[in-house]
Amino acid sequence: MINNSQHALKTQLWRDFTLAARNKSEWMNPLLFFVFAAILFPLGIGPDTTILKQIAPGIIWVVALLAALLSLDSMFRSDYEDGSLEQLTLSPYPFAALVFTKVSVHWLLTGLPLILLAPLLATFFHLDGDATLILMQTLLLGTPVLSLVGAIGSALTVGLKRGSMLISLLVLPLYVPVLIFGANAVSASTAGLDISGHMMLIASLLALSITLAPLATAAALRASIG
Amino acid sequence: MLQTITKLASLKNFYFFCGKLLPWFAWPTLILMVVGLYWGLVEAPADYQQKDSYRIIFIHVPAAWMSLFVYMVMATSAAASMIWKTKASEVVANSCAPIGAAFTFLALATGSLWGKPMWGTWWEWDARLTSELVLLFLYLGYMALQSAFEDKRTAARATSILAIVGVVNIPIIHYSVEWWFTLHQGPTVQLLKNKQAMDTSMLIPLLIMATAFKFYYVTVLLMRSRNEILERESHSKWVQEEKERL
Repeated sequence: MINNSQHALKTQLWRDFTLAARNKSEWMNPLLFFVFAAILFPLGIGPDTTILKQIAPGIIWVVALLAALLSLDSMFRSDYEDGSLEQLTLSPYPFAALVFTKVSVHWLLTGLPLILLAPLLATFFHLDGDATLILMQTLLLGTPVLSLVGAIGSALTVGLKRGSMLISLLVLPLYVPVLIFGANAVSASTAGLDISGHMMLIASLLALSITLAPLATAAALRASIG
Repeated sequence: MLQTITKLASLKNFYFFCGKLLPWFAWPTLILMVVGLYWGLVEAPADYQQKDSYRIIFIHVPAAWMSLFVYMVMATSAAASMIWKTKASEVVANSCAPIGAAFTFLALATGSLWGKPMWGTWWEWDARLTSELVLLFLYLGYMALQSAFEDKRTAARATSILAIVGVVNIPIIHYSVEWWFTLHQGPTVQLLKNKQAMDTSMLIPLLIMATAFKFYYVTVLLMRSRNEILERESHSKWVQEEKERL
């Protein structure tokens, strides 16, 4: 049974990657949005290096959050529409684990590239090497939380025709802690403060959402399918 | 015991049960509200520092207490409707959301009114203010999700999950905001630091107002629940009969 489950999860993973490879715009667009939206801030505020340096962590984090939000609507949408989600709920394998696989693929396609793009944005905002490294670390710990918590909102609204506006209303309040610790860790490190506390708090948020969010997402999907 | 609960869980019985309870909460609300307001606004002495403007606490503090309390009631009944699939608890959870949002808004608005003369600003990114604001958004999200579904029962299943997720998150949000604030800078404003040192002449009317708010909440909850039951069961025979009776 365990072997079968593993096989099912692997198949699920492979299927989702194949789908993503065939439908690139779905996960590419949020990434482009991430870069473009961040570029708008220096244009709007002006090229003052000290100001840009100061606001960079907050802006990059907020934009990462919005990019994650943009990609949420498509997380379960197509699977819901073609009925494969319903098949998954009927399968003998643990539904929460299958959901977790889907969320992981979502993060690998939308969260991980954000981390890889972060140095580019850090250059635009004149962040130094150390701060960039910290920024990438906070994103590495924080963006999975965005995907996992966002999946709950996505699952709750998947049955609705106009769910995408609603997702942001549901999910944004839940993103507040990640944003606070993520952005402030970078600011604190540039101010020369110890950030181990911040990092541990984000890590604990991650641990909490890995364990609980897939269960809530699975319940929400079952409720949406009805 | 179990039998009484299952009996109550039927919407029709719950409707009449709420109706019977209603006067027991409505009249005390009125009396407590009048006594508490008179005591607080007229009888209680003025604060030696804040003069008369401190009197807003008789509204502000009970509203802020209620804002969290209502969410707890909402989440508890949401959990009950997830576990036992009882319609009555769905109705209660749904009825809680607008009331809680109103209390939260009231706490924010009165706090802002008080903040202008006291702190010299309408809004301060203080930890409590921020977490109260996030709480308001949690309520609004719940209400938005609820109204997005056409079918009430599907809506209830979705919203009860959201309420439970929210309840896990409220302490996290609260403490993250608190720590963010303390990590950021030393507190520039201390909200009622001398609360323990509050004189009984002010404490008693405050507690009366807090009780009045609790009773008011239950009154409105019962009324809203009855209203929603009538709406849900509008096609059934007993609702038609009840309509004619009214």
